[in-house]
Amino acid sequence: MTAHPGGPPGEGVLAALTAEHRGRLMALARDVALPGSTRIFEEGEEADRFWIIRSGTVALDIHVPGRGRAVVETVGAGSLLGWSWLCPPRQWHLAAETREPVRAWEFDADAVQDLCAEDTALGLSLVTAVAETIGDRLRATRTRLLDLYGPPGPRGSGAAP
Amino acid sequence: MTSAPVPCRVVDRRDETHDTVTLVVEPAGDALDPFAPGQFAMLYAFGVGEIPVSVSRIEGGYRLAHTVRAVGAVSRALYGLRSGGWVGVRGPFGTAWDTAAAHGNDLLVIAGGIGLAPLRPLVDTVLADPRAFGRLNVLAGARTPADLLYTDEFPGWERPFGAVTVDRPSSGWTGRVGVVTTLLREARFTPSDTVAFVCGPEVMMRATARALIHRGVRPDRIQVSLERNMRCATGHCGHCQLGPLLLCRDGPVVRYDQAEPLLTVREL
Ligand SMILES: Cc1cc2nc3c(=O)[nH]c(=O)nc-3n(C[C@H](O)[C@H](O)[C@H](O)COP(=O)(O)OP(=O)(O)OC[C@H]3O[C@@H](n4cnc5c(N)ncnc54)[C@H](O)[C@@H]3O)c2cc1C
Ligand code: FES
Repeated sequence: MTAHPGGPPGEGVLAALTAEHRGRLMALARDVALPGSTRIFEEGEEADRFWIIRSGTVALDIHVPGRGRAVVETVGAGSLLGWSWLCPPRQWHLAAETREPVRAWEFDADAVQDLCAEDTALGLSLVTAVAETIGDRLRATRTRLLDLYGPPGPRGSGAAP
Repeated sequence: MTSAPVPCRVVDRRDETHDTVTLVVEPAGDALDPFAPGQFAMLYAFGVGEIPVSVSRIEGGYRLAHTVRAVGAVSRALYGLRSGGWVGVRGPFGTAWDTAAAHGNDLLVIAGGIGLAPLRPLVDTVLADPRAFGRLNVLAGARTPADLLYTDEFPGWERPFGAVTVDRPSSGWTGRVGVVTTLLREARFTPSDTVAFVCGPEVMMRATARALIHRGVRPDRIQVSLERNMRCATGHCGHCQLGPLLLCRDGPVVRYDQAEPLLTVREL
């Protein structure tokens, strides 16, 4: 995707905002560089910030007793990392760890929520864009639950023959 | 097009995964008509039966590779063939990927599971003449890392962009996890100048096509490869009917603007 040359890929949260709203949001952004294998947040901790990934990938994992950490998804460039800050209980549902060096814009959730309260049009656009990301992930998760590529027949859905 | 199966010798056999094999076959006598990427053959396992299988590589016009996943009686018999074994081949059948439509455009080649097999000859075509096309993106999704096909060829597909993702990572897997559409974020293409080629389970193709359209790829620039039960493969028996299409003749490759209204048609 090259709709925003030099910036984040041209879709996702930032692309959904008008230039003015993007400018106001980006004024709160902090450019962060995280080495590979950095634990960014842990399940159950307070979700007080979020990130928009510029490069690299982050794995979302969950602790499974007896099996250790199971990766459930990876998110890469252009993606929103973290939406648990948006609604109570504002705790991370999953943990996140960088797979490789990551560059990202980091946003303080309180500051963004204050901005949204002050500029409700921006707030609506941002929440709509975040909801779209959540919707994407929900659809992706449901598709994965179908076990599409698995063996045909009752154990997996397979392709319609 | 041939009506009787042409006896072909298995000249190479390569295990791809625990249930999938690639067979390279060569006619014992006269060559078959040339296959184009996206077309399929009817492969006859002697004494067992005949099934449609896409061509997964076209070597010098006369050697064909077929990648077969063992799911039932015939595919299991084909899976069990060794080098030197015999298979009956009819074909070529069906429509091919419309590569001419992609000339000068960016390409998205998006595969789910064994859907990568019919797309591989298309990737070969693009790599053989890269200047005719824009940027190539090969995106592949599989159930687990052990189900990934052609892993040794993937490094060659990484320029300008290639990536794989799995639904269920095994321990030690350091690649991506998630459905294949999540790779679109990192792919390099200009949606208005992109042609997409998609093959995989139908639900995956629908989800992918919708994601592409949402990003600005026109429905008539998305090609999908559809599967229905086939028997004659010559447009006579009606087994492969999907709405007004007979998929052995009018498919398997169909443009999404034509396929989409039919994909919600329930099978009888
Ligand atoms: C145009 C076309 C191209 C194809 N290309 C390939 C290919 O390159 N490689 C390949 O391995 N297969 C390919 N197939 C699918 C292949 O034809 C079927 O897997 C095969 O017909 C199964 O026959 P069987 O006798 O082994 O199994 P059957 O006894 O007919 O079926 C065994 C089980 O598998 C299920 N099944 C049958 N077909 C499919 C299917 N297509 N998808 C999911 N489940 C199925 C059945 O419902 C049943 O549960 C293609 C199909 C079409 C129509
Ligand atoms: S398989 Fe007989 S009409 Fe298509």
